[in-house]
Amino acid sequence: MTNLLLAFDLLLSLTLVGLAAAALTSREPRRAVILFIAFGLLLALVWARLRAPDVALAEAAIGAGLAGALMLAAARRAARGARGPGGSESSAGQD
Amino acid sequence: MGVRHSLIIGLLALIGATLAWVYWDALIGHAGTRLAGLALERVPESGVSNPVTAVLLNFRAYDTLLELAVLLAAILGIWSSGPEARGFLPAGPVLGALTSWVVPLLILAAGYLLWVGGHAPGGAFQAGALLGAAGVVLRLSGEPSAGLPPLPWLRVGIGLGVLIFTLTGLALMALGQGFLTYPAASAKWLILMIETAATLSIGATLAAAYLAGEPVPARSTTQQPGGTRP
Repeated sequence: MTNLLLAFDLLLSLTLVGLAAAALTSREPRRAVILFIAFGLLLALVWARLRAPDVALAEAAIGAGLAGALMLAAARRAARGARGPGGSESSAGQD
Repeated sequence: MGVRHSLIIGLLALIGATLAWVYWDALIGHAGTRLAGLALERVPESGVSNPVTAVLLNFRAYDTLLELAVLLAAILGIWSSGPEARGFLPAGPVLGALTSWVVPLLILAAGYLLWVGGHAPGGAFQAGALLGAAGVVLRLSGEPSAGLPPLPWLRVGIGLGVLIFTLTGLALMALGQGFLTYPAASAKWLILMIETAATLSIGATLAAAYLAGEPVPARSTTQQPGGTRP
């Protein structure tokens, strides 16, 4: 049982680091945000494994849920700005 | 991509490894006195039986007050960046029916989390997040106000948490206690009152943040046809 849990923890940590790297290196904002939401949900699982249910609840609700919704809206706005007439500032922001 | 990215990732990995080492060293090396034992000992005097709530709302209430002030500053920043974004098109029958089920359940769950925070995991921030999520769901399904009251009342709601928190602290000072030092007899009800105000405030702030700007007073019918799809 403990071995299984250890394997689960290791898998969880590795996935978390992998998701963080993927979110950081993603070029497309929308993709990065979705990866960040997945990262937040797994992080909530990590807090639950650390026996901190309070932090897990807050992370799932605020870190993954609401921050995710806010950033998705921001990413949509950014994408609209990049396609719209204000293209010069967005092309400067991309590089 | 390329050299610069791998450099940044390498640097971050180095910082992470250093932090892990510091944590490990602090855990193994210097086992001095920690505050956890002391805090757990005094939980019965705090008015609540959940140690996390006891620390957040009683022993370190000052920190929580400042956290609420940070949220207030954040929404003021969002409002100063311009008027709200355009709303979404009204939901179809399926999303509409789902919303009319999910939103009441979210409000109910928020009330439960608020109450249960006294003796089990839960509390104002989690409950407020659920209220905020209810607002986001409403906004996504085409309700332009996201369930928020008109602007004057919204202002009151957003400031309510900090207001009640500060007034409680000042009233306790006037009664001869320290700032936010609750007398043991009334601690439970003071904490519940502050948490209720904080929940409403956090919920309103988070839902208002999703509007992405200061709400426009006269928005009811003129904006509706020009909405975008979620």
